[in-house]
Formats: sequence, C-alpha cells, structure tokens
Amino acid sequence: MTENFSIRKYLRDLKMPFCPGCGIFTVISTFLKTAHELGHEDLSKFVFCSGIGCSAWIPSPHFIADSIHTPHGRSIPVATGIKLLRPELGVVVFGGDGDIVGIGLSHFIHAARRNLDILVIMVNNMIYGMTGGQVAPTTPFKAKTTTTPYGNFEYPLDAARLAVASGACYVSRWTTAHSDELKDSIKRALKMQGFRFIEVISQCPTAFGRRVGFKDAGEMLKWFKENAISIKQAEGLSEEDFARKIVVGEFIQRRRPTLIETMHKTIEEAQKEVEKN
Amino acid sequence: MKIAKPDTYFWQGNEACAEAAIIAGCRFFAGYPITPASEIAEHLAKRLPHVGGIAIQMEDEMASLGAVIGASWTGNKAMTATSGPGFSLMQEFIGYAFMTETPCVIVNVQRVGPSTGQATKCGQGDVMQARWGTHGDYSAIVLSPNSIQEMFTLTIKAFNLAEKYRMPVILLSDEIVAHMREKITIPLKKSIEIINRKSPRPGQKAFFGSEEVPPMPAVGEGFNVVVTGSTHDEYGIRSTANPVVHRRLVERLNNKIQNHADEIADFDSYNVDECQIGIVSYGCTSRAIYEAVEKAEKKGIGTGYIRLKTLWPFPEKTIRKLAESADKIIVPEMNLRQIFYEVERAANGLAQTISLNKIGGGELITPEELLAKIREVGKEK
Repeated sequence: MTENFSIRKYLRDLKMPFCPGCGIFTVISTFLKTAHELGHEDLSKFVFCSGIGCSAWIPSPHFIADSIHTPHGRSIPVATGIKLLRPELGVVVFGGDGDIVGIGLSHFIHAARRNLDILVIMVNNMIYGMTGGQVAPTTPFKAKTTTTPYGNFEYPLDAARLAVASGACYVSRWTTAHSDELKDSIKRALKMQGFRFIEVISQCPTAFGRRVGFKDAGEMLKWFKENAISIKQAEGLSEEDFARKIVVGEFIQRRRPTLIETMHKTIEEAQKEVEKN
Repeated sequence: MKIAKPDTYFWQGNEACAEAAIIAGCRFFAGYPITPASEIAEHLAKRLPHVGGIAIQMEDEMASLGAVIGASWTGNKAMTATSGPGFSLMQEFIGYAFMTETPCVIVNVQRVGPSTGQATKCGQGDVMQARWGTHGDYSAIVLSPNSIQEMFTLTIKAFNLAEKYRMPVILLSDEIVAHMREKITIPLKKSIEIINRKSPRPGQKAFFGSEEVPPMPAVGEGFNVVVTGSTHDEYGIRSTANPVVHRRLVERLNNKIQNHADEIADFDSYNVDECQIGIVSYGCTSRAIYEAVEKAEKKGIGTGYIRLKTLWPFPEKTIRKLAESADKIIVPEMNLRQIFYEVERAANGLAQTISLNKIGGGELITPEELLAKIREVGKEK
C-alpha cells in the first residue's frame, strides 16, 4: 500500500527546523502515513491546532492544510471554537508536554471532561526543549535539567491516566520506538469520536538526552524499548520500579456522548421550543 | 424571537449589548462568569440558540477568548465579555488576535481595580490597559458607551470595525452603563449598517499582507491557511529572525488603524468652537456633563464638551480643536488621570488641562461636583 507513497505530498517544501535525531520526525511520518492509509488524498478534511514548542511546529507551517499556531498552551481552546462551529472537520491538536499538560493543563482536563470531539497528540520529550532544556511537569524524578541542576525534586505527571480520569474516549501511550503500534493507535483514534489522546514518549537528544547520559538518539530509543512495559505488566509493580518504566498501550476505548452531540441536541430542542411558541 | 424586533424596550445595558451582538451577526459566545459582565453571557446563552448560534462557558478567560478566535476562523462572528480581572487574563489572546488579524469583539465591563478591587462597583481604571495591555507594538480600537442605547449602537459598531479592519475590538463599558435600565429603541433592520469581512477569491494565497486589510478565509474551505502569532510573511509562513518581514507586518498592522483614526473617531460635541471651559468625558462619567454644562451656562460660563465614544485611537485632532477655543479643559474620570494626559498632550499647551477624579465605592462624579469645578476654574460673566 505504501510502496509508491511519499509523505512529501502532504508537506510544504520548507526546511524543517528540528534537530538531527529528534523524535518529531517519527511522529510526522507516522501521522502522515496513517492519513495516507486511511485514504486521505490531502489533508483538507482536517484542521490542525498547535501551541508553542518544538512539537507545535509539526503541522505549522509544514502540513499543507489549515493550521492554527496559537499562544503557548492554548491550542485546545482555539480547537474548541473551531470544532463547535465546523463539526464535520477533523480537528487534531499537536503539542509538547509543556504545552499540553504544563501551561495548558486546565484546557486539557476540561476538553476531556466535556468530551470535545478532537484528537490530541502529545509529544512527550520530558523537557522544555525549545527553550534549552528546563524541567517539565513530565521530567523524571532526579533528572538533571538546566533549572534542576542538582536533580529534579518533583515527580512527573501521568498524562494518559489523567486523560482517562477526566473522561477521554480513547487514550494510548507509545514511544517513538513503537511506530507500528503508534500508527495503529492514530488510525483507531481518527476513526473514533469524542476526546482522544495519544501520548508519544519521544527523544530530545539535544536538550535532554545528552544531559542525562545518553550519547545519541539511538541510545534513547534503546532506553525506550528496554523500559517499555505493557499496562498488564505494570500491575503490581512497586512505586519505585514503576517510576523507572514506561507504560505503553491503550488505556481506554469507550463511547460517551460527545460535546458536539449533546450541544446540538440541546440546541435543536431549544429551536423546536421556539417554533412551538 | 429570532432577532429583536424594531420597537422601544426598557433594557439593561448588558442585555442591549447581547441583543446588539445578535443583530450584528454574532453567532458564537464563549465566556467565564465575572461581575459585572455575567448578564451578557447569561443572555446570550439563552438567546444565541434562537438564531442557530452557540454559547459556551469555558474554564477561564484565556480559553474563552481562544474559543472565540477559533470560531472567528470558521467564518463566524464571535465575542466574549468580561471585567478587569478577566480582561487581564485575555491580554495574551488580544495580542494574538491583533497579530493574526482575527476579527472579534471583547466587552470589558469595568469595575474597581486593581486586582479584585471592588467587584460590584463601577470604575474606569482599564482605559490604559485597553490600549496597552498586551505586549509588543500594537494599536487598539476601543469604544466607550454612555447609555443603554449606546451599548446597542457601539456593540454593532464594534463588530463592524472588527470585520472591516480584521482585528479585535474592545467595547469598554462600565458597571453603571452595564447594569442600569433605560429606554432603548431598536431601529428598522434596513437602517442598521452591518459590515462583513472580505473573503478571498478562489486561488488567492496572501491572507496576511500585500494589501492594507487582506481577505480572510475560513478553515475548511481549501485555502490551506497558516495562522500564527509569530512574525509571518503574507502567506502566513513564520519568519522569526528577518527584520524586514517583521517591520513590514507590524507597521502595516498598526497603520491600518492609525491611517484611519479620523474615520474611526466617534464623539458627541457641544459648543466646541466658542467655549471658555471645555469638558472631555466618556462612559458613565459623561452622564454628568449635560446638567453641569446647562447650569454653568446659566451662570454665564461659556462651556462646551466633547464626549468620546472612541477612546482609542485617541481622537487628537478633535481635542486640539477644543483646545484652540477653550481656555481650560476639565477631564472628569473615575480613575487617577488615565485619559487626562492624552488630553494634555493633544491640547499641547493651547489650553490648560485640569483633572477631576474620583475612585472607589462606585461613586460617580455628580453634575454638582462637575459644576463646582467649572465654577472654580471658569470666569462668570
């Protein structure tokens, strides 16, 4: 199916700003391969929203599509306005961990709660990469960053479990070493409705990896592979062991009435009421 | 009821604003509860579904304006309403709307600040924030209503200016004008001017330059529009280091407003050419000028006024004309001299500028207090 296919047909002819070895390349190619396999000739059925950070530059301006590059952390609110008025469009948010669950955390929780019909793909590199490697809400405990020179004294956030608890319809987590699983996951999510969240653990060799002892991107991918465990394997692990592992897999897949459905139903009823009077 | 029928009503200011928004074509509202602006959200939550629109309460003011901006890019007219504390939170997205040329209306029903201040009491302390609140070089259009009728007309005007110039427009109301009730007349629909944004022709690609106000596509129309708050070229492509691209963009964004300042300037005036004492006033405070001027004239003090409906861009030429005839200009404000210095600068020494200020507790400057000031500084014949 993909023999004569190049993801270039979806991309503007612009130089990409990402560092060599960045995990974002995997996310871009995996997403676009998925779009191709789902039969999208172009990206005209999508609108992409993104905030600030390296991952926000995935769609903007590289995808030949409508894309809105918003202030830091605010991609989900902008996506809300778009989706409510153009429900037929597939609204996809790309963002980093700082963008989605740092500064934008409240919007993330509320979008999951109200079951806003969008797909959020969070590229989690465990660091503020674009600004030079500051500690993030996802940075592992004890990791040295430019703003935690003696080691991180905070515990990281589990964004996937938070999404489940907040009401998301689909939640999965993979790493950039799991591109086949990631592709299946994106495919499944794009076919579903409601709030869908995919977390991709991704390597930032420049601002994170080299500071915590990885020689290059390849070593980081090896780390992902060796430490990834399934949700089932994670059951019963001690907190200490759990913290060293990356739990991958599908956390939830369920059907809940989406915001679009409940809102339009309510409005239709209101209009019928008006016509009656 | 679809849109309000031409008739005479007895409405609250916030209600007049909400009904005007619907007449102007607003079909999306997102907001967060705050005194004294909540009635706008409540009214639109009830009314927008009647016209096929959507109202939603978001998790905070940043999300509210963000959703409004998203809605605007679907080709719809959209607004939010807040007060000082929420207006502070919206500054991020106000700059974004300016930079991305996104039409939208932001209503700020002013209360007493700084900070939480006095939430239920009237103030005019956000005049400078409305002009300079977000970061970077930008220009603002800010309108100031002083009656229920004007809440109506200036809300429609705010939408028209937003669509015409492709930018966020601020309706700077205040607790008094927002909460009081007055008679209001809704004119015939055909007599109300409604301006809609310019749409691109098929195949057009430059949505962020090459003309003063470029056409605006909507998402989902096949234009592949790239919207970004970073410096961008006329095609929306980010250019984060090129000084020429930045100057060309930001100078155009400012010039499209500054070059039309005279058209945007809206004010009422009386006896400007032949007065000894001039008054420059706006918003709820300006409700005191009519009685004060009438009584001052009875005392033989030639008095005139300019009542500003456009605060920004500041109508300097209008003020200069007043300064040419008046000896002294009084600037009454419910803040500590925010428009005063603008008047002083515009008067440029041609007239002495005198401030009259009152803050806190929502206490208005009364006609008696204004009259006392006129008599204090004016010469009775």
